[in-house]
Amino acid sequence: MPAWLQLMGTSLWPLLYAGLVFTVPLTIISFVLGLALAFIVALIRLFGPAWSVSIVRFYVWLIRGSPLLVQLFVIFYGLPNVGIVLDPLTAAIIGFSLNVGAYNSEVIRGVIESIPKGQWEAAYSIGMTRGQALRRAILPQAARVALPPLSNSFIALVKDTSLAAVLTVPEIFQAAQRIASVTYEPLILYTEAALIYLVFSSVLSSAQVRLERRFGRHALFTSVS
Amino acid sequence: MIKLQNIEKFFGDHRVLDSVDLALEQGHVTALIGPSGSGKSTLLRCVNLLEMPEAGTLELGDQRLEFSRTQKPSREAVLAIRRRTGMVFQNFQLFPHRTVIENVMEGLITVQKWDRERARVRAHELLTKVGIAHKADAWPSTLSGGQQQRVAIARALAPSPEVLLCDEPTSALDPGLAAEVVEVLRNLAKEGMTMLMATHDLRLAASIARDVVFLNNGSVLEAGSARDIFTRPKKAETANFVSTLTQTLPEEWDD
Repeated sequence: MPAWLQLMGTSLWPLLYAGLVFTVPLTIISFVLGLALAFIVALIRLFGPAWSVSIVRFYVWLIRGSPLLVQLFVIFYGLPNVGIVLDPLTAAIIGFSLNVGAYNSEVIRGVIESIPKGQWEAAYSIGMTRGQALRRAILPQAARVALPPLSNSFIALVKDTSLAAVLTVPEIFQAAQRIASVTYEPLILYTEAALIYLVFSSVLSSAQVRLERRFGRHALFTSVS
Repeated sequence: MIKLQNIEKFFGDHRVLDSVDLALEQGHVTALIGPSGSGKSTLLRCVNLLEMPEAGTLELGDQRLEFSRTQKPSREAVLAIRRRTGMVFQNFQLFPHRTVIENVMEGLITVQKWDRERARVRAHELLTKVGIAHKADAWPSTLSGGQQQRVAIARALAPSPEVLLCDEPTSALDPGLAAEVVEVLRNLAKEGMTMLMATHDLRLAASIARDVVFLNNGSVLEAGSARDIFTRPKKAETANFVSTLTQTLPEEWDD
């Protein structure tokens, strides 16, 4: 067995372990929290009073307009100066959630707005409140349209979690760095790390296809205007 | 049973409804006719408050709402009005992510809080009534326009509304499909359903409506029995408008 393959073999478990124990939970927790935030922000943008709309627009502007890496540094290395000390994983979760929330609030707002006004009116005409109309008539349709862009965001997040390495979170990329620094084989280790990210995102992509199929039971419905 | 008085509605600076009065008799079908832009759809939508009038009053049975520019009626009052009315739209507006029977059950379950089984029984009865029970488990997108509109009628009837509002119910349909919808509406009229219908389709109005209201430029120009409006209109504009009903074939074909 060539030496490079042997090195890949012995470092596989530490990298996978870092992935399963840090990357995956970090991704899932950040995405769930971020999505909840995105939903609230989207609803405020659509239905909230003017002052609250200004606040959430400021938030989206701030997060989308500055680099994620810089935001992570501010949260983890900057906030201790004002007495807020966070452990690395918490800081990473906060940073990623804020990002997922900002980007996907626009996705969610867009898909809700894409549902024809007549669907709201149909729901109102049978006596539904706005909340009932949203829950029963609008969101189920919006969810299907939102699935591809939200999946994009989820897969992007899997890869972005590698930035948590700079906050000393021992996830896949950091594990690769650590092994590379003692074996002097950066090419092999970083390639292996890239492959593991690739496997993780491929699994997620196929999950997306299955989800879309499930949501698409009534796929024909999109042809009704 | 339904009375609208001095209804005013603006879209921006444009006055869409100008001091409109409308009274619906229990068990009558009233047709709102008039040229495009005359305000008939807007007036219809003012009855279930999909459009909020800026002035005037609405009485529905024992409920009375007064409109003003500055104060909107309470949420509860609006919901109460909507729960006492049903509406059929030009483009059907079925919920595409629910099957035919689920569309009809939706209001019963979500709004009236019926349990599923009871709602299913009621929905099935209504689908039978509009002749489409065999499609109960189909997706709306697999139905023809006429079938979709019949399902929409069943959905509107499910919560037993006191009045059925129909906004151009046949305008999106070709004559054959329109006929099956007209048939359903005619049967409802015979059963004594109170209906208000905005329509371009003078044939539909003439064949179903007992009362006709002719709107022009946002005000009521003439109102009366269908027979009078179509055969003895008092105003020149009305006469001109309804003449399209009788004079549809080229004159040279007369012999």
